[in-house]
Amino acid sequence: MSGSYYVPASSKWPALGSLAVGVLMAGTGMLLVHGSGSPVMVIGLAGVLAVMALWFRDVVRESRQGLYDAQMDRSFRWGMGWFIFSEVMFFAAFFGALFYVRNFAVPWLGGEGEKGVAALLWPEFTAHWPLLNPPGDVAGPREVLSPWQLPLVNTLILVSSSITLTVAHEALKEGYRATCRNWLAGTVLLGLCFIVIQGVEYYEAYAHYGITLEAGIYGATFFILTGFHGLHVIIGTVILATMLARIHRQHFSPDHHFGFEASAWYWHFVDVVWIGLFLFVYVF
Amino acid sequence: MAPKVPPQPTLEQSTTAAAGHGHAHEAPPKGLMRWLLTTNHKEIGTLYLIFSLTMFFVGGIFAMVVRAELFQPGLQLVQPEFFNQMTTMHGLIMVFAAVMPAFTGLANWMIPLQIGAPDMALPRLNNFSFWLLPVAFTLLLSTLFMPGGAPNFGWTFYAPLSTTYGPPSTTFFILSLHIAGISSILGAINIIATILNMRAPGMRMMDMPLFVWTWLITAFLLIAVMPVLAGVITMMLMDINFGTSFFDAAGGGDPVLFQHLFWFFGHPEVYIMILPAFGIVSAIIPTFARKRLFGYASMVYATAAIAILSFLVWAHHMFVVGLPLVAELFFMYCTMLIAVPTGVKVFNWITTLFRGSISFEPPMLFALAFVVLFTIGGFSGLMLAIAPADFQYHDTYFVVAHFHYVLVPGAVFAIMAGVYYWLPKWTGHYPNERLAQWHFWLSVIGVNLTFFPMHFSGLAGMPRRIPDYALQFADFNLVASLGAFMFGASQLLFVAVVVLCVRGGRKAPGRAWEHAEDLEWSVPSPAPLHTFDTPPKFERSSH
Repeated sequence: MSGSYYVPASSKWPALGSLAVGVLMAGTGMLLVHGSGSPVMVIGLAGVLAVMALWFRDVVRESRQGLYDAQMDRSFRWGMGWFIFSEVMFFAAFFGALFYVRNFAVPWLGGEGEKGVAALLWPEFTAHWPLLNPPGDVAGPREVLSPWQLPLVNTLILVSSSITLTVAHEALKEGYRATCRNWLAGTVLLGLCFIVIQGVEYYEAYAHYGITLEAGIYGATFFILTGFHGLHVIIGTVILATMLARIHRQHFSPDHHFGFEASAWYWHFVDVVWIGLFLFVYVF
Repeated sequence: MAPKVPPQPTLEQSTTAAAGHGHAHEAPPKGLMRWLLTTNHKEIGTLYLIFSLTMFFVGGIFAMVVRAELFQPGLQLVQPEFFNQMTTMHGLIMVFAAVMPAFTGLANWMIPLQIGAPDMALPRLNNFSFWLLPVAFTLLLSTLFMPGGAPNFGWTFYAPLSTTYGPPSTTFFILSLHIAGISSILGAINIIATILNMRAPGMRMMDMPLFVWTWLITAFLLIAVMPVLAGVITMMLMDINFGTSFFDAAGGGDPVLFQHLFWFFGHPEVYIMILPAFGIVSAIIPTFARKRLFGYASMVYATAAIAILSFLVWAHHMFVVGLPLVAELFFMYCTMLIAVPTGVKVFNWITTLFRGSISFEPPMLFALAFVVLFTIGGFSGLMLAIAPADFQYHDTYFVVAHFHYVLVPGAVFAIMAGVYYWLPKWTGHYPNERLAQWHFWLSVIGVNLTFFPMHFSGLAGMPRRIPDYALQFADFNLVASLGAFMFGASQLLFVAVVVLCVRGGRKAPGRAWEHAEDLEWSVPSPAPLHTFDTPPKFERSSH
C-alpha cells in the first residue's frame, strides 16, 4: 500500500458514449412512437458499440503497458462484482413479476382466496397455469413448450459451457495457453449453439404454439425472461470471443488475467439465471 | 470505559499540497473540453452540483406553476391536463435530477477527501455517469414540447394511467429514465469500489466518517433497486409498444403488480434520498456543538437497519389497493419498526448537542432545522404507517405534507447544510454570513408556511393532484402558495451566496471550522485539484 496511486488519464470515450446513448434512446423513441427514426437509432447503436470497443481497447492497452497496480485490479473486481449484482436485481424484477402473477394475480382472478372478488370481473374465468385462456379479450397460447426437449438441451449446453469455461480458466492459471484457448473456443461454440437453439425455439413458439408477446401474461413473462436472458447470452458470447482473441494475442498471464476472470464471472451468472428460468418458466 | 467514538484522524505527512505534485498529471484540456473529458472527482462533483442546482430551479418553476394554480379555487392559469404534467414533471425532476445528483455530487467531492483517496476508484466511469444525466433529462424535458404533452400521470407513473391512458411521450419518458438509471447504478458502483478499496492505509471501516458510511449503504440500495426500476419501466415499454399484458388484467396480468414492483424500488429510493443527509448532519452537528458525535457505532448500525427494513415496507404505499389482511399487517408493523433506528439517530444528534458549546453558523442552522423538521415528517410518516388510518389519509394533501417535510427541510436542507459546510473547502472562502442567514430564515419560514397547512387540508380531505378544490380548503391553499413563492424566491439568495463565495470572500484556512475533525480538513482550502497523490497515513488519536 505504499507508493503513489494510479489515476487514469482523461478520455473522450465516456462523453462520446453518453452522447451515443442519448442518440440511441432518442432514435428508439422516435421509432416506437412515430414509426420513423430508425436511422437515428442505428447511428446511436453503432456509436454505443464503437465507443465500448474503443474504450475497452484503451483499457486493454493500459493494462498491457503495466499501468494498473494491485489497487486498480481490486477496483475492477469490486466494480464487476457489483455490476453483476445489479444484473441479478434486474432479473429479480422479472422473476418477481412471474411469481406474483402465478401465485396471486391469476388465482385471484379465478376467485381464489381472500382477494377472490377479482373474479367478479370475468365470472367464467378459471385460473390455471400455464395460462392458456386469459380472462379478457386476449388470445392465449395454444399450448406451451415441453421443458424436456429444446429447453433441456439448452440447459445441458449452458451447464457444460460453464464447465468448459472453468477448465479453460484453470488451464490459464496453470500456464497451458493452448489448452485454455481450445476449451474457451469450445465454450464460445456452446454459447453459439444455445443462441441458435433459442432462436429455433422462438420460431416454434411463434409459428406453431401461439406463444407470442401478445398471448397474455404467459407470453409476456416467457419472452421478457427468456429474451433478456438470451440477450445476455449473446453479450456473454461476444465477450468470451473477445477473450479468445486476446488469448490468441497472448494478453494474459497465469496470475494477471482479470479480463478473462470477469468474463467468466459474467458467463457463470448468465448460466445461473438460466437454471432459474429452466425451473420456473419451463418445468414448474 | 471509553465510549466508542470516531477517532481523530491525524496526517503524519502532509503530502497533499498541490505544489510539487502537479507534474504527475498531464495538463487538463482547456475550456469546454476540460469539463466534458474530466476524470477528476472534484470537477465531476462540481458538475453534478451545478446540474442539480439548475434542475432544482427547473423543478421549482414547475412547483410554482402548481402553487399559482392552487392559489385560489377554480381554474385560473392552466388547463387540468397541463397541471397534471406540472405535478408529474416537478416530482420526476426533483427526485431524479435535483436531489439524487446533489448527493452524488457531494459524494464525488467529499468521499475521496474524507477517506484519503486520490480520486474515485473508476474515474472514467465517473465521467460517464455524470454526462448521462444531461442527456437523460434533456430527453425528459423535451417531452413537454411533444404532441400530447409531457407525462401527466404523477411521478409514480401507475399503470394503467401510464400505459393504457398515457400520452405518446411516455415512451420517451421511459427511455430517459433508463439513462438516468444507468447513471445511478454506475455512480453507485464507483462509490462502493472507492469506499471499499481506496481508504487511506490504517483507516478501518469503523473509522470512516458517517457521510462515507451512509453513502456506502445508499450505494448498495441504489444497485439493488435501480435495476428493479429498469425492469418495471421495461415492462411498461412492452405493454405500451408490443402488446404484452403485464399490467393488464384482461391478459392475466395485474395493475397492482406495477405498484409492487414500483414501490419495491420506490421505498428504498426515498431512503436513498435521506441516508446521505443523515451523514451530512452527523458531520455538522458535532463540529458546531464542539463535541464528538454521540453513538458513532449505533449511527452505523441504525443506518444499516433502515436500509434492510426499507426492503420490507414497500406495500405501505398501497394499503388501499386491496391487499390481503396479512399483508396489511406485515407491512404496517415493519414500517413502524423503522421508527426505532430513526429514533436512535435523532436521539444521538440531540445527545451530541446536549451540553455542547453550540454556535449557529449557516451549516448548523440548516442541520438543526433538519433535525426538527425531518422529525415532523417522520412522525407524519408514522401516522401514515397505520393501515386503518391510512385509509383516510391516502392520496390526500396529508401525504403531500409528509413527504415534502422529509424531502425539502429534510433532504434539501441537508444538501444546503453540506454546501455551506464544505464551500470553504471547495472555494477557499467562507460564504457570506449575512446573506446565508437571510437565506436560512426565509427558507425555513417559507417551507413551513408551504407544507404545514397541507397537513390540515389533507386531514380535512383535500385530494392530491387536482387543479381545483372545494371552497373550504381556500385559506390553507392561499397560505401554502404564499409560502411556496417565498421559499422559491429565497433560493435565489442561495445562488447569490454560492456565486459570491466562488468569486471571493473571507479567506478560509485548511481547517475552516475549528472543531471539524475529518480528513478533508487536513488539506488546504481551496482543495488543490489533486489531493492525496500518495496515500496519507491515517492514525487514530488516543483518547
